[in-house]
Amino acid sequence: MNENLFASFIAPTILGLPAAVLIILFPPLLIPTSKYLINNRLITTQQWLIKLTSKQMMTMHNTKGRTWSLMLVSLITFIATTNLLGLLPYSFTPTTQLSMNLAMAIPLWAGAVIMGFRSKIKNALAHFLPQGTPTPLIPMLVIIETISLLIQPMALAVRLTANITAGHLLMHLIGSATLAMSTINLPSTLIIFTILILLTILEIAVALIQAYVFTLLVSLYLHDNT
Amino acid sequence: MASVGECPAPVPVKDKKLLEVKLGELPSWILMRDFSPSGIFGAFQRGYYRYYNKYINVKKGSISGITMVLACYVLFSYSFSYKHLNTYHLAFLTSEHERLRKYH
Repeated sequence: MNENLFASFIAPTILGLPAAVLIILFPPLLIPTSKYLINNRLITTQQWLIKLTSKQMMTMHNTKGRTWSLMLVSLITFIATTNLLGLLPYSFTPTTQLSMNLAMAIPLWAGAVIMGFRSKIKNALAHFLPQGTPTPLIPMLVIIETISLLIQPMALAVRLTANITAGHLLMHLIGSATLAMSTINLPSTLIIFTILILLTILEIAVALIQAYVFTLLVSLYLHDNT
Repeated sequence: MASVGECPAPVPVKDKKLLEVKLGELPSWILMRDFSPSGIFGAFQRGYYRYYNKYINVKKGSISGITMVLACYVLFSYSFSYKHLNTYHLAFLTSEHERLRKYH
């Protein structure tokens, strides 16, 4: 049963070639571009959503931080569509693979931090010591702040992986529990089915929220460093 | 005597569309297609725009334009995991998929 449960997270292959590449390249097909002012309904809704999120996200940055807006908006769009597509039956979610989330988190975090260190080195170093700490505590606190800085990319990647993976696992488990109980005891099946429906609603929310959180944190790191 | 609708100058096999190729000409038609990377990419592009302009790029496109794509995606992913869903496990660990298949 253990192998059965985690089998949906194996990266799919065709004759040993990674088909995961094809699956990662699928979401852009759902987001068309257009050169016209007035478009069809799909493009209009997508453009409206992107305008909404980009305005919300980029108001807190200064001019230098806003040069990252294309990167951050495409990041949140990619994570949101990939997570939502993973809720379909039998589909493979690339964001459950830690390798991909690390590949997204580390360059973005490193870019923000290195940019901060290059431009305003005093401000960047000042983050290592919060204001108003008593003097004896300073060495320990600097160490702690350094560790908390270095752990940010790990936390970003592991947070996304763990949330999406845990949600998918829970849905598998409760779904198979519903199927198993359907032959034994009907009222409890209805209860478990209600739990499954609630869980699906939660998963849709989690898919979107995780995208948002990832992007928000990256933009926070950016804000600290510009 | 030429039958009605037959054009006098014959069209070369290479330029015909698939539905106009006669069965005997099918192997030569397949061999003459452009299988280079740019040719394959062009074929995908044409197919994408054919679907897009028919179902999505219309004045009152409905949700079925995109749900058809998602349904195909589900079927595609199912075909990928078909082999795994049918692997033989121990008797008390048979997956629901195998059990359903056995009784059909």
